[in-house]
Amino acid sequence: MNLRGHAQAKFERSDIPQPATAKEKHRADPASDAAVTFQSILFPPGLENLRHDSAEPPACFVDLNLDQIVAAIVENRDEAVLRPIFYSPCRDERIVRYRQAVFRDLERPEIYAVFPPFTEAMRAVRANLDYAGKISAKCHRATVILRAAMIYCDAVSALLRDLQSVAPRAPGLRNFQVYLATYIGSHRFTEFAAEAWDIRQTLAELSYGLLFLGDKVTVRKYASEPDYTVTLLERFARFRDNDAQPPVPQKPRDDFALNHIEEGILEFVGRLFPEQFRRLDDFVACHADFIDDVVARFDREIGFFVSYLEFIAPLKRIGLYFCYPEVSTFSKETSVAGGFDLALARKLLKEKKTVICNDFHLTGAERLLVISGPNQGGKTTFARMFGQLHFFASLGCPVAGHSARLFLPDHIFTHFEREEDITNLRGKLEDELVRLHQSCEAMTPNSVIVLNEIFNSTSLDDQVFLSTKILEKILTVDAIGVCVSFIDALSTLSEKTVSMVSTVDPDDLARRTFEIARKPADGLAYALSLAEKHGVTYERLRNRVRP
Amino acid sequence: MKPLLMHPDRDFDSQAPSEKEPLPFAQDIELDVLLKATAADDRYINDVMAAACAHAWSNEAATILYRQDVLKDCLANPALVREFYSIAIEPFDRNHSWSFSLYDRSASSKVGSGVHALQSSLDVLKRLRRTCSANAAKFTSRGFQQFFATLERDLDDAYLNAAHTDLTNLTFQNGLLLSAQVGDGGKAIGTMLRKPQERDLSWLRRTFTPGAPSFTLQLHPRDEAGSQAFAELENRGLILIADAVYQSAEHVLGFLRMLRAELAFYLGCLNLKDRLDQIGEPVVFPEPAQDDSTFRCRNLRDVCLALTMGHAVVGNDVDADRTPLVIITGANRGGKSTFLRSVGLAQLMLQCGMFVTADALTSSLHSGLFTHYKREEDRTMRSGKFDDELVRMSAMADAIRRRALVLFNESFAATHEREGAEIARQITSALLDNGVTVFFVSHMYEFARSFLDDDRALFLRADRDESGARNFRLREAKPLAKSFGADLYQRIFKASTAASALQENPPRGSHFRAGP
Repeated sequence: MNLRGHAQAKFERSDIPQPATAKEKHRADPASDAAVTFQSILFPPGLENLRHDSAEPPACFVDLNLDQIVAAIVENRDEAVLRPIFYSPCRDERIVRYRQAVFRDLERPEIYAVFPPFTEAMRAVRANLDYAGKISAKCHRATVILRAAMIYCDAVSALLRDLQSVAPRAPGLRNFQVYLATYIGSHRFTEFAAEAWDIRQTLAELSYGLLFLGDKVTVRKYASEPDYTVTLLERFARFRDNDAQPPVPQKPRDDFALNHIEEGILEFVGRLFPEQFRRLDDFVACHADFIDDVVARFDREIGFFVSYLEFIAPLKRIGLYFCYPEVSTFSKETSVAGGFDLALARKLLKEKKTVICNDFHLTGAERLLVISGPNQGGKTTFARMFGQLHFFASLGCPVAGHSARLFLPDHIFTHFEREEDITNLRGKLEDELVRLHQSCEAMTPNSVIVLNEIFNSTSLDDQVFLSTKILEKILTVDAIGVCVSFIDALSTLSEKTVSMVSTVDPDDLARRTFEIARKPADGLAYALSLAEKHGVTYERLRNRVRP
Repeated sequence: MKPLLMHPDRDFDSQAPSEKEPLPFAQDIELDVLLKATAADDRYINDVMAAACAHAWSNEAATILYRQDVLKDCLANPALVREFYSIAIEPFDRNHSWSFSLYDRSASSKVGSGVHALQSSLDVLKRLRRTCSANAAKFTSRGFQQFFATLERDLDDAYLNAAHTDLTNLTFQNGLLLSAQVGDGGKAIGTMLRKPQERDLSWLRRTFTPGAPSFTLQLHPRDEAGSQAFAELENRGLILIADAVYQSAEHVLGFLRMLRAELAFYLGCLNLKDRLDQIGEPVVFPEPAQDDSTFRCRNLRDVCLALTMGHAVVGNDVDADRTPLVIITGANRGGKSTFLRSVGLAQLMLQCGMFVTADALTSSLHSGLFTHYKREEDRTMRSGKFDDELVRMSAMADAIRRRALVLFNESFAATHEREGAEIARQITSALLDNGVTVFFVSHMYEFARSFLDDDRALFLRADRDESGARNFRLREAKPLAKSFGADLYQRIFKASTAASALQENPPRGSHFRAGP
């Protein structure tokens, strides 16, 4: 849309003429001419129009525990920016590969280390500017903007220096580096940075006095009055038990903001030193929007990569594998080796417990994994993993596993049992059916379905009847998916279903291995052994209730 | 000096359960709906009511009747009680700004707010005593009479006036001078306490000698935040002079704090009564039964359902004297969960000393309320769903004592019916044999059948009426073997058959997008 306008803007702010070859290269190969075409680290040049950030999480988020994962990823980061990116998977192989290349670069520690300080600094810049926007007092507003400008100058300069020293390979990062060099070399930027530094020094040398009297405070220039702490301490020394140290001046509790009194005082200081503050005002007026658009977008978007890698780093450290899946929008050949549930892995990591990995594949006509077997055998976890793998593959992220080949779906439908909700006066069973009906209506051959123990609020007969009906519908549509169920018969509904079973340790039936293996359903469950383990059989419970 | 409106002999524990550890049963009986109605948007009342609920199980029958009497006084004089409350909360008003600042670490605000707190508290107590004295005749309960007597005895005018004069001298006369420089973001840096100039300290000198150019900022009298900011700045010089005023203020405020908490409970009850009057739900004071294993209700309604629906709801009659096990079976959507909730709520309200939504209720006192509801998949992923149910059961077993009341809602069904039924049977039997009362909603026929010959069990069933529509009233009846899922399936899926599932286009509202 504005390629030309953008190039012109570059020219204005740069005293370094652009290389004559730039435009020619741009015509020949848009992806290689970064200074002109670099727009986004998330979308390759020419595909930016596929950006459709969603403000709301996809419906499958809670069921798949993606909400926990994403909450952990964006924790202490700019959630408002990152969440929409994580809410917006894409069904395009080129975008996925562009992002995978950036991730591969960032997996090199020296490249990765470049970005957290930069994003942290940019966050501080935005926080200061947001804050400045809410300030009406002139001097206060100007000093906050100056603070933002200082942080910004330091941050972009450091970023370029660091990028040059690590030499990234991903097209996205290389293009950005070229762009940044041009920007920082520009006359406009260097002048801006020097001026900001100089004004800051001047202000730090202005001394003023504050005289508190009742409900008034008087502000004036500091007139070399002597230090009073010493005098007063001597006067009150007789009231104290010990030889007291002079108290350390209290640091303001809030280093960031000024309250309205401090603000009022600062405005008076501005009047006492009009020349110095006028210079500050001019600076602020000249540089209203000092943040470069492309830098700002890069800052927002690199957070996607950094936050995800930071999230998986501790998992990699304990020996779990992540891989770059081969993705396809047409082939439903699916295989994953060594996959695991990210949310669970993160929790087990904290508890220092082992994470069990699982393999699965769908070949030929196979579409639906039917998981049965003992409770607490990892079935629900397996179902979540299945959904998570497809979701993160569509985001372009490395996924859990040694190797993976995954289908890029148009939608992930999930059905996990719900809690009762007083505001919804329909019964639980009816709720489940209504939601399932909506999903069956919306499902396409390109969808992924995750069903977890549906219909448990009804009797055994009803469960068999209803589950069979729903699975038949899914198989007819030809979507791929996974279904966790107690009902053995579901695993042999057609040649499209694959039976997988959670396994137990043969030596100790109450202990689960959490491995899910491809084999026929055997109908064993171990409820009573579990009850014994938790001490809630009749005999155990009888002795546990206190008088 | 204690208000003693909640217990005849001691202070009320107004510590609400923390948000991290809410009452375990709160979610299952929708306690928040009840609390919200009592609070009428007052966060504080909400917390006090939550505290009352948390501590309800240790109340004896005498305490319950004591509160019922006080509450009857309140229902007879709602406007006066609201007036007492509005006076008592004054010191805590204005966003709690100055009561909070008592905990401030800064020296100058400790002094400033301490003086302010004492002055305001004494004024409040004086007006409260006068209002109470004028209306004492309208209150008959022991609780209120005792309270009025305390005010007359301990807060006479002579005492209040003497205390007031003590406070007037605590002000600072000397000017306080600081110096600083302009740091990042306009923050003062390098702050130092300086010796004021001669002319700063004398009004005469200021008038007759010219000073350097200066600007003066005057604090608005009601600018609380500003006075705190002043205090923080001044504090850098005042840190040596503090602490004494603070403790006396704490002491007086303690009484007002307790009074506020105890009145807040009754305010909450008044708010709830108003709300129930609006939606046409009558209330009755329940009777705490002397014997164990008594439960009799007439037209017992789920107060939270009524509050949610905004109209009167259907109730149930149950006579479960000497049947400590009540098993509720029957049609989905038949009002089973609603009944279970109404039992939990009514028991809780009874033991708090509140009224209940019923025509009559007599019930034994229980040592605690425990709920075991089928939960959504365990979000912490520690375990499978069935295992999670057993883990929760085990945690409950650690807390349950004899005479507890346990509500099960479709528990232990996350496995084969045969196994689930067996485990439910064992758990239920163990609880009964330990003197625990159990209400169990279940669709597991196998489970219900195992108690058919047990004379400790009462069976209730949710039924359809002749037209096939659900009837929300339960009746005494043995369990039936089958549930009713198939007809729901017919109704929901009939309109659109499998044909629509074959559509090629992406669904509406799809959040993935296809590449070009």
